[in-house]
Amino acid sequence: MRAAIALALVLAAAAAGAGEVRAPATFLSPDLRALQDDPSRHPGWLWVDSGEAHWRAPPAGGRPSCQGCHGDIGGMRGVATRYPQVADDGRLLNLEGRIETCRSRHQQAPAFGYESEPLLSLTAAVALQSRGLPTAVATDGPAASFVAEGRRLFETRMGQLNLSCAQCHEANVGRRLRGDVISSGIGTGFPAYRLEWNTMGSLHRRLRACSLGVRATQFSLGSPEYLALELYLAARAQGLPIEAPGLRR
Amino acid sequence: MRIVLAAVALLGLAAAAAGQEVAPFVVSGDGIAAPLGGLAGSAERGGRIVRNRETANCLICHTIPDPAEAFMGEVGPPLAGVGARLTPGQIRLRLIDPTLANPDAVMPAYHRVAGLAHVDARWRGRPVLSAQDIEDVVAYLSALKE
Ligand code: HEC
Ligand code: HEC
Ligand code: HEC
Repeated sequence: MRAAIALALVLAAAAAGAGEVRAPATFLSPDLRALQDDPSRHPGWLWVDSGEAHWRAPPAGGRPSCQGCHGDIGGMRGVATRYPQVADDGRLLNLEGRIETCRSRHQQAPAFGYESEPLLSLTAAVALQSRGLPTAVATDGPAASFVAEGRRLFETRMGQLNLSCAQCHEANVGRRLRGDVISSGIGTGFPAYRLEWNTMGSLHRRLRACSLGVRATQFSLGSPEYLALELYLAARAQGLPIEAPGLRR
Repeated sequence: MRIVLAAVALLGLAAAAAGQEVAPFVVSGDGIAAPLGGLAGSAERGGRIVRNRETANCLICHTIPDPAEAFMGEVGPPLAGVGARLTPGQIRLRLIDPTLANPDAVMPAYHRVAGLAHVDARWRGRPVLSAQDIEDVVAYLSALKE
């Protein structure tokens, strides 16, 4: 008991530390955290299984499957830690965008579409290969201007309620907003199964919920604004472990 | 010209011009002494506005002394005793636009439409609370003496 209280105090002190970014798992209730760690009870594993099936299935038209070019999905270890990333053509790609690019460029098949079941499944299955590995995105070179744009958006007050991401996810970390404890607001757990959604969802879907919460324009899934924010969130999360597929309230 | 502009800004008329629904007001010190539009507030209506989870949503960030309410937030200070800590004019200013007192305020501006970025089309040009709502909430909070 005394140990539990001491631990709670340590956690409270950590919450108060300004500027410190903590892994999302440390904000979860013990129940949710146990569920997130248990593949046999985590509903997100349905998407992981389906993603692995998509990985092996060749598309119509005779082009190779993902596996046909990349080999076993285990070879994707570490890849998710490096996304979003600037591609050779100068576009900022997150993992979803990278997979869609392979889909159209290398499989010559129509895009899955953001938030579609196959894209969520493949993203979850690929991200899982990096579970526990530290976030390691490039923030220099061609990425620098995207990081700066993401930071600008993160610090801009938006919406009828006139709040910036930072005012919640930096200045009020650890405090209760209605039933939620405000976390550092990073994307390492996404795609995540959210109980409120009753399904798996992308990071951009979660960001749309935060935008709506302050009655701001919701940028579209895959928009340049959310991509830049995603990279800035990853830059803040540098070194913290990938948690995807996450489990959320 | 410059003098006129300054006067307009001071009276908060710049905001009024941007949206018909924002009432003019005069800031003195860290308060707005005169009721918006000369309206009288009802503490009973104000209590309902403060508890409304769809519109004002004060309770995502604040607690009020009411054991019937669950899931209240702690981003802002507890509102118990606020009527003893602040004058009605100071409360009115913090509801209309807390950045008038503190540019870094976290609390949303409830009666302002100017200078907001990326407001969703459904709410653009409209303040969260009307002048009458503000006066009702001022009446409710001013009565929270302990
Ligand atoms: C015809 C071969 C081919 C197919 C099929 C293919 N890819 Fe790729 N993939 C590549 C190449 C080549 C690259 C390197 C980037 C580029 O040139 O597009 C790549 C890069 C990637 C990366 C980024 C790896 C890294 O280290 O950054 C991911 C993730 C990926 N592919 C996933 C997929 C998925 C998922 C599928 C199935 C939907 C798929 N790929 C199908 C050839 C392919
Ligand atoms: C009014 C406060 C508030 C604002 C402003 C806000 N959020 Fe959130 N956000 C929350 C709450 C509450 C949650 C759910 C609890 C949590 O995980 O922090 C959340 C969740 C998140 C999550 C999911 C974290 C996880 O691991 O599940 C991310 C990422 C996020 N927010 C990013 C942002 C970004 C980027 C912005 C600005 C565009 C933003 N938020 C604006 C309150 C806010
Ligand atoms: C997003 C969180 C948030 C919401 C929503 C919110 N407030 Fe606040 N409120 C705060 C914070 C934080 C402060 C402290 C000053 C600051 O940083 O803005 C505050 C300060 C106040 C104060 C001054 C209290 C004092 O003791 O100085 C009053 C009065 C107040 N709020 C009333 C309300 C009412 C009434 C509502 C709903 C109409 C409301 N607040 C909605 C966050 C919020």
